[in-house]
Amino acid sequence: MKTMFKNKLLNTILLASACGIAIAAIAPKANLARANDNPKVIEITAKKFEFSPSQITLKKGEPVILRLSSSDRVHGFMSKPLKIDTDIPADKTEDVSVTPDTAGDFTVICDHYCGTGHGNMKMKVTVVE
Amino acid sequence: MENKFDRRSFLRVTGTALSIGALYSVFPALTRKAGAEGITRTLAELNGEAPAPFSFMQLSDTHVGFNGPPDPLGTKAFENAVATINGLKNRPDLIIVTGDLTHDADSPDEHAKRFKLFKEISSKIGGGAQIKVVPGENDAALDGGDMFREFMGPTHYSFDHRGVHFIALDNVSAGRPAVGAEQLAWMKSDLARFPKTAPIVVFTHRPLFDLKPEWEWFTSDGDDVMNALAPYENVTVLYGHIHRENFHQAGTTKMYAARSLIFAFPDPATTPVKKPAPFDKAQPFKNLGIRRVNGNANGSDLQIEDVELATAEFSGTVGMDQMLKHGNNDTKDE
Repeated sequence: MKTMFKNKLLNTILLASACGIAIAAIAPKANLARANDNPKVIEITAKKFEFSPSQITLKKGEPVILRLSSSDRVHGFMSKPLKIDTDIPADKTEDVSVTPDTAGDFTVICDHYCGTGHGNMKMKVTVVE
Repeated sequence: MENKFDRRSFLRVTGTALSIGALYSVFPALTRKAGAEGITRTLAELNGEAPAPFSFMQLSDTHVGFNGPPDPLGTKAFENAVATINGLKNRPDLIIVTGDLTHDADSPDEHAKRFKLFKEISSKIGGGAQIKVVPGENDAALDGGDMFREFMGPTHYSFDHRGVHFIALDNVSAGRPAVGAEQLAWMKSDLARFPKTAPIVVFTHRPLFDLKPEWEWFTSDGDDVMNALAPYENVTVLYGHIHRENFHQAGTTKMYAARSLIFAFPDPATTPVKKPAPFDKAQPFKNLGIRRVNGNANGSDLQIEDVELATAEFSGTVGMDQMLKHGNNDTKDE
């Protein structure tokens, strides 16, 4: 019985060591990949009843981070074709990763009701090839 | 033998095109059809009343407090609607209002005045009609529905009327176009006591499907609502928000949008920009809720006919009577 336990323990140690080596081997590559990707960051500010800037241009297939903030209250930030749907809180920045897969013009709207001018709060995202 | 409602006979929007909204006639065929006694009895036991033919009216988007542009008439269309209802020979015993009763105001005091004015005008609807309302985003999205509850009652609820189960769904007071997990669970639980053939009317403000998301004509968890409703065979969804007519069918569920009582939005399929239709002095109520929908004599799908209301020719009680002459207002069933 003791021998069996010792064997199991030994196997576990060997497996853990192997995993550790594997992780150590992979980790630098992952770090390198992240450094190379380093997506562009675009800052967008929301306030009643507009986004600033009101138009941005992205490149198809190229990942970007939209750094969203609000200068007054909670707003929404939604576009079904761009697969974006988030709230922008008043007290913190919200990062949204986007990799557009289709070229064209898309509208992002505030879909968190913010007052009487809410219906016209939108911005344009142009995706080029 | 399985007892089923004839879906096409359940809810019919009859030829009573009004300057105000839509008059729906409900003709549960089972009261006259062989083999339907069981389900009639079941529903009578469930909600205390067996299905019986009746009419109800949908008004929408009165936006009390809004005063142009583009529409400088304020509450005139709403007041006209009330007068027209009161002039009907056969008054509906139920009125539903699908949201945006008031136009949002920056000041809570001003918003409260608008709720009071809505109540004042709607209270003039006579004939003992029950008025049931759901909030629109103008009514409830900024304060989570607090003021709506204070003046109008709960933002979601259900009730039974003449054998039909009505569900009022709130897809605005979360701030975003959403029903939310809690309300969805409530709706599922509310539906659970009914057989799959029960006649159900859901009324809400925003469309429960992606009609035009970039104009905010959608409900983010509308699919979850529709999936919960899908097993039920006789569901009609009535909504507002889009200020124009629309018909959409998902499975057996039919969804109708009503015109507004303030201004119209254009057809998003042909107009790139969401912008109210311009006000026309010559036809001040143009596009505001004038709809005629007829059931075929053979009971097939509904026929929807748009009718433009010339104010001078068709207004008030006289105008209503004139219009009814052109419509199929029979309450017969096939």
